[in-house]
Amino acid sequence: MLNDIQEFYSILPFIILGAGILISVLIEMYSSNSECILPWFSIIIFGVTGFYSLFTVNSVSAIMQNMLQTGGIPNIFHFIFNFGAAVTCLISIDYIKKYGVYFGEYYILIQISVLGMMCMAGAKDLFMIFLGLEIMSVSFYALAGLNRKNLNANEASLKYFLLGAFATGFTVYGIALMYGAAHSTSIDSITAQFPSLSGNILFLAGVLLFFIGFSFKIAAFPFHMWVPDVYQGSATTIAGLFSTGGKAAAFSAIIASLSALFGGSLHIFLPYLAVISVLSMLFGSIVAIAQDNIKRMLAYSSIAHAGYLIIGLASGNRMGIAGVVFYLIAYTFMNLGAFGIVSLIEGKDETNLNINSYAGLSEKSPMLALLLSVFMFALAGLPPFSGFFGKYYVFISAVKANITWLAVIGVLSSAISVYFYIRIVVLMYFKESQSEFTVQYSNTGLLAVFISFLLVILLGIVPGSVINLISSFL
Amino acid sequence: MESDQLLTYVLFTPLIGAMLLIVFQREHGKEIRVFGLAISIITFILSLMIFAKFESLNPGFQFVHKIPWITNLNISYHVGVDGLSMLLLLLTTFITPLTLLSSWKSINKKVKEFTFFMLLLEVGMIGVFVSLDLFLFYVFWEAMLIPMYFIIGIWGGERRIYASVKFFLFTMFGSLLMLVAIIWLAVSAGGVIGHFTTDLVELYSVGPAVAKNFQNWMFLAFTLSFAIKIPLFPLHTWLPDAHVEAPAAGSIILAAVLLKMGTYGLLRFCLPLFPEASITFAPYISVLAIIGIIYGALVAMVQQDMKKLVAYSSISHLGFVVLGIFAMTQESIQGVVIQMVNHGLSTGALFFLVGVIYERTHTREISDYGGLAKIVPIFSAALLIASLSSIGLPGLNGFIGEFLILLGSFKSPVLNSWGFAVFAASGIIFSAVYLLWMYQRVIFGVVKNPKMEHLKDMNAREIVVFVSLLIFIVWIGVYPSTFLNVSDRSTARIILQVNTPSPHLDLK
Repeated sequence: MLNDIQEFYSILPFIILGAGILISVLIEMYSSNSECILPWFSIIIFGVTGFYSLFTVNSVSAIMQNMLQTGGIPNIFHFIFNFGAAVTCLISIDYIKKYGVYFGEYYILIQISVLGMMCMAGAKDLFMIFLGLEIMSVSFYALAGLNRKNLNANEASLKYFLLGAFATGFTVYGIALMYGAAHSTSIDSITAQFPSLSGNILFLAGVLLFFIGFSFKIAAFPFHMWVPDVYQGSATTIAGLFSTGGKAAAFSAIIASLSALFGGSLHIFLPYLAVISVLSMLFGSIVAIAQDNIKRMLAYSSIAHAGYLIIGLASGNRMGIAGVVFYLIAYTFMNLGAFGIVSLIEGKDETNLNINSYAGLSEKSPMLALLLSVFMFALAGLPPFSGFFGKYYVFISAVKANITWLAVIGVLSSAISVYFYIRIVVLMYFKESQSEFTVQYSNTGLLAVFISFLLVILLGIVPGSVINLISSFL
Repeated sequence: MESDQLLTYVLFTPLIGAMLLIVFQREHGKEIRVFGLAISIITFILSLMIFAKFESLNPGFQFVHKIPWITNLNISYHVGVDGLSMLLLLLTTFITPLTLLSSWKSINKKVKEFTFFMLLLEVGMIGVFVSLDLFLFYVFWEAMLIPMYFIIGIWGGERRIYASVKFFLFTMFGSLLMLVAIIWLAVSAGGVIGHFTTDLVELYSVGPAVAKNFQNWMFLAFTLSFAIKIPLFPLHTWLPDAHVEAPAAGSIILAAVLLKMGTYGLLRFCLPLFPEASITFAPYISVLAIIGIIYGALVAMVQQDMKKLVAYSSISHLGFVVLGIFAMTQESIQGVVIQMVNHGLSTGALFFLVGVIYERTHTREISDYGGLAKIVPIFSAALLIASLSSIGLPGLNGFIGEFLILLGSFKSPVLNSWGFAVFAASGIIFSAVYLLWMYQRVIFGVVKNPKMEHLKDMNAREIVVFVSLLIFIVWIGVYPSTFLNVSDRSTARIILQVNTPSPHLDLK
């Protein structure tokens, strides 16, 4: 357990969040005004946890008998998760009223999922990863199906649960095989034994299964089947959380556990990673062009982005990992902003989700149209927004690792994806509006979107300091 | 004002102006236009100050301003001008106020957004011409796409959405391949220098030392992107659509400045960084250039739409420029530089005049016109001068550029054949055919269309714009040394870089 007071300070983020969850449950049970208190309380908890993680990023230590790491890269991930969840809660305040379903469990489940994400990011033991994975996934399954009366939501939740449980099974089987080969579930121990294990077929099979299980979570082809239906069926804000927090958590787990695999000539999994990267990028970009529903379009774009992120893993060098972390930060805010605006425009009973509803938005609401254009350009990877820098770092790492062909395919797929991102901007600015809905303004929603916008711009202006921070821990 | 920060002031003045536009109310169209014009004139005056202090005898980069930006990747904000970019910088800052003036009455809705996009476009264009860091160049190159896309898409003609999306996707595809080439070049040069860098000055000293096979691929990637922009046959199909559908002001800036970015890129990056590849591919690209000259001219001859005619004439004239670049002699490259400025002035003038008459009649079909000489004499005179300048009549600016390019190509050791110059010269004859024929059908003859009888001639504002262009058209035609001397040493240096492919060239 805790060996000294120093470990208490290291584990403070987890304690704050855990206490927050318990207090939220109490608020939900006993307060009649919980609908107003709970979101702000969650935001405060996320804010405190997130910023505390960021401020203690330099105190690297391993606690809990070497099962959990605090400080360094995990803290950067904690910041991503908490800040992203805070923005999600901020948007949800008014969205929940529109969606028509209120349960206090919504905010509580978000908090629990973030706790799971934090366990995954800081893991130094394979069981910790599994623990975090399950906590996050089960909360997500419940969040997807929150609107019990909606058929789409039920389908989303069931699909996510069945496929997710199956994938977790793969992961656990992989962990079991790795344990069998390495005689320990501690990541440090596996890393130390890695040179001798790399010829061991049992170990390699375990790692492959582990990878496959996580490929499901990051929405890589061909494990992507659940993504469009789940994103479309769940509430828009929750879809935003899935695509950003869920993806970031899965990548953080891969980086935490398998960083021994990266770097050096023992990069056996390069063919696997390269193949799923190429297929995800191309599949995501091409199929997104055919989509009518904006949430499905964003889901396929999310598959494509997973492809770009895997390029960073495939490179296997320090720059690749740093690039993946930076890209995840940029991607979290771009995607949260995009989903945020979609949720603002969405009407009751899931109307206004068709792409054609965005026609003429520049007349109805010039501010929202401008913000959405910025997010679309950022997702497409245009300079000077932060999405471009993420791609730039990842492509540099690919060239340095002598897999330039992967960067070329990445670039071609970016060119293809520009079409469907620009299509939204074209509709907003160049076409006349066809439906007569008015956009209902929500101050908190607009604030959340604006915060995302500021961060997208900021990361584009000073990417250097962030990348330096990340690289210093690798 | 510090002299090494002067360039940064030129670059960021339009940006600050664009940000300040937010303060204005949407309805105060006149105030917004005046403010936009004032900002662009201030930028022009600042660039004149740079020109005044520019030393023509110095072949290196002047007014260099370097601020480290992303230290981890050795990317810095590194800007500077040499003879080549000095003239293009002046062209940009000169044409922008004229464009804003020309659109005074023709752009009526969303004036604030239009001025905002024009100022942003100016920042992008200036940035492209003065960047000395490959990454910074790429950022400005891409950043320039968004305002142009909106300008065509919002204020354009009927098929504007098709044209603007085609423009955007086409250009972006090329530039993304250039991005991979930039990264590849930086990594391989980094192997030689010792650290990853995209700084142009450092790359100049080692670029040619990069292995031969890689050089070919990198050259192709860069050239593809620039060829789309110029445009070089057969990647030119976006240009007629973009020009026809863009508003008149958009066409002026597209033809006068944006197309030059492609040829500038070839001179700044492809020739010095990949000299062996340039020499290898020179004959092939010159053949494409010749095809462009002749094809552009032949298609221009059969056009009914005046704007499309001028668009194809652009393809034809810029074919000359590409030929001149790959002839790689001192005369031809000097001709290229002056022809870039000339084409900006002449084609800018042509698009401006087409816009002037379109504002009044709302038709661009040549068959709707005829006999305008009696009705609008000042306009007819202006159109004559612009056409003759584009054809290359001695005494006007076009002749200087075309002559120098033909002279250079004739004796070029790289092209090694006088056939190129002969075919190119035929292009000059063709340009006389289509432009004079258009002029005759529109201006001379009987007044066919009764609606034309009450046309108003050019008003004071339009005359001011045209006379500003006219001054330079005649100046360059009669006394080009003023401008040729500016770029002389820098073009000599480019030739030196092509002929001496060895590392550690001392270029300061």
